[in-house]
Amino acid sequence: MYKIVSKERLNNAVEMMEIHAPYVARKCEPGQFIIIRLDADGERVPLTIADFDREKETVTIIYQVVGYSTELLSQKEAGDFVEDFVGPLGMPSPLKKSDKKVIGIAGGVGAAPLYPQLRKLAGLGVGVDVIIGGKSAEFVILADKFREFCDNVYIATDDGSLGTKGFVTTVLEDLLEQGNEYEEAIAIGPLIMMKNVVKVTKPRELPTTVSLNPIMIDGTGMCGGCRVSVGGETKFACVDGPDFDGFLVDFDQCMKRQGMFKEEEHQCKIGRGK
Amino acid sequence: MANMSLTKVPMPEQEPDVRNKNFKEVALGYTKEMAMEEATRCLNCKNKPCVNGCPVNVPIPAFIEKVAAGDFEGAYEVITSENALPAICGRVCPQENQCEGKCVRGIKGEPVAIGRMERFVADYHMANAKEKPVAIEKNGKKIAVVGSGPAGITCAGELIKKGYDVTVFEALHKPGGVLSYGIPEFRLPKALVAKEIESVEKLGVDIETNVIVGRSITIDELMEEGYEAVFVGSGAGLPRFLNIPGENLLGVYSANEFLTRVNLMKGYEFPKMPTPVKIGKRVAVVGAGNVAMDAARTAKRLGAEEVYIVYRRSEEEAPARLEELHHAKEEGIIFRFLNNPAQIIGDENGWVKGMEVVKQELGEADASGRRSPKPIEGSNYIIDLDTVVIAIGQSPNPLIRQTTPGLDTQKWGGIIVEEETMATSKEGVYAGGDTVTGAATVILAMGAGKKAAQAIDRKLSII
Repeated sequence: MYKIVSKERLNNAVEMMEIHAPYVARKCEPGQFIIIRLDADGERVPLTIADFDREKETVTIIYQVVGYSTELLSQKEAGDFVEDFVGPLGMPSPLKKSDKKVIGIAGGVGAAPLYPQLRKLAGLGVGVDVIIGGKSAEFVILADKFREFCDNVYIATDDGSLGTKGFVTTVLEDLLEQGNEYEEAIAIGPLIMMKNVVKVTKPRELPTTVSLNPIMIDGTGMCGGCRVSVGGETKFACVDGPDFDGFLVDFDQCMKRQGMFKEEEHQCKIGRGK
Repeated sequence: MANMSLTKVPMPEQEPDVRNKNFKEVALGYTKEMAMEEATRCLNCKNKPCVNGCPVNVPIPAFIEKVAAGDFEGAYEVITSENALPAICGRVCPQENQCEGKCVRGIKGEPVAIGRMERFVADYHMANAKEKPVAIEKNGKKIAVVGSGPAGITCAGELIKKGYDVTVFEALHKPGGVLSYGIPEFRLPKALVAKEIESVEKLGVDIETNVIVGRSITIDELMEEGYEAVFVGSGAGLPRFLNIPGENLLGVYSANEFLTRVNLMKGYEFPKMPTPVKIGKRVAVVGAGNVAMDAARTAKRLGAEEVYIVYRRSEEEAPARLEELHHAKEEGIIFRFLNNPAQIIGDENGWVKGMEVVKQELGEADASGRRSPKPIEGSNYIIDLDTVVIAIGQSPNPLIRQTTPGLDTQKWGGIIVEEETMATSKEGVYAGGDTVTGAATVILAMGAGKKAAQAIDRKLSII
């Protein structure tokens, strides 16, 4: 059992939890993820790591309440326990020092895994800009935390309630048109956002890393459910990723695979009657 | 005078047409009377070839003698002197190639039903025995075991009996390895696996779930923490695919994923259990090993109307146990031998709708000694399908070899060991089971775990 040390609501649909998990907290690096299981009958849910504290031996997760398990998680409070919490999973992001700046692009809860990555880059002395996107102002998360180390924090909302009205790609395109030069782009968010970011960066030859979070069971390479086509080759997101070269990822296939259990997700919510 | 019946006392089974709709165990096990009658078929011969045929050298005639006398607890003690998991071995060992394969009664007629009696004795013990606590003198040395499958659990059980403190690290949330995630309920009930593991825990073995050695902690770090030896029994966890077009379509599973959803996550109880498994009406399982039979029979139980086994070689080359092939046929699985998948075909939404296969004929023997299949030109046809399960084998999981400097591995990923001791190229690190051999059997993994435990004990007793 793993104790929930603290819990905070970031907006209507997004919550943050700090969980006591010594093994994960001691070893995890930006880019890696965990698998959580809420109770003895629970499903295994992969979630990205938003932060960690090696001394307190805690790991912070940020999740959107979208399905059966995240709703169940949302009912838990600080002081409660979750059944299982395992990791770190996946390869750490290959973050390295560069002279040119790096731009991070986050959509929705994608800001959570992006945060420790950009912070690490900033710590290496790399100049960092970030674009954070959300449906409306409420859905833009972690902006203040990014401000602590980013040179520029740009915000885009669909309804224009904060920052630029439009998508993160609108802002990105503007920045690149204005002549800003970057070593690399790191995009984390919904598949469609990452696909559209690549549409902007690929013609400009700006190397782009994306982070994938497909359906998986074990997270250790055993089930192969998380397979994804990268440059025509099949990779397992859990052991080969979750970071991949955005230019090579077959996003359309990822989007289809993401919907494999759509009907069952619905049945699960009504079937379990909670 | 021994009972000279040429056939084994039959074991009751659920009827094929009943059992292919439920997940309850297929074979129902002997009664006391059946076990005692079968026991009288053993000649208690001098050479005891059966014992040599057993990878963990259970003193088989000695336990059968106890069964014949009705001393089932005595029989249990004899078996468990060498085998920590008898209820499991009695069910899933390929006895026909091991103990029973060597039995002299098998020369004329059927061999003695050693597996069935082992199963009976273990089940009898579980149902009737009162646990007596055993006092083990501790030697103050601690050992780490990676993986709680058959190799790891056996190794841990042996070492704890010798006085070591043993911690087993398991990556999943539940111990048992392939016994929990791979072998289906109808062949190996999970409650029984849990009980067998519990009995090892009662001896004092500590099982830490949710620790992935290679990610959560490395082998070097375990050594730094004071573990004097590490046994790696991390299994063959990485599924192989065919590398044909269409393998990433929706509705294509690896056997690992399919069976894990059903066995470990109890997908057959969806939506009571939240992990779904989708099966459709027509399913093809590619491959003809035990895992393929498990997948096909599971698909049938989940309600598929037509389930195919598609295998590029002929029935003779099929690696599955005869009993498994036989059970699958009885349950209505359709076999398409000498059929090789060419591609999986999808609909406009990316879902499987069929598989193109090419008929094969057998040519010359290949390096493995098996006649290799050759395509018959123009014989391609399409099987209409909703689901495809790929069951063509697994490779060892790479996490440990990637994070353990000094650990030599084969090109295909298996850890290289000294056969006598299971010692790896890295000082203090031993390995056994599927991570060394590639996917094999439960009992071979147990044999390896036991051999490693003995070698570890020899080594650490000298110091």
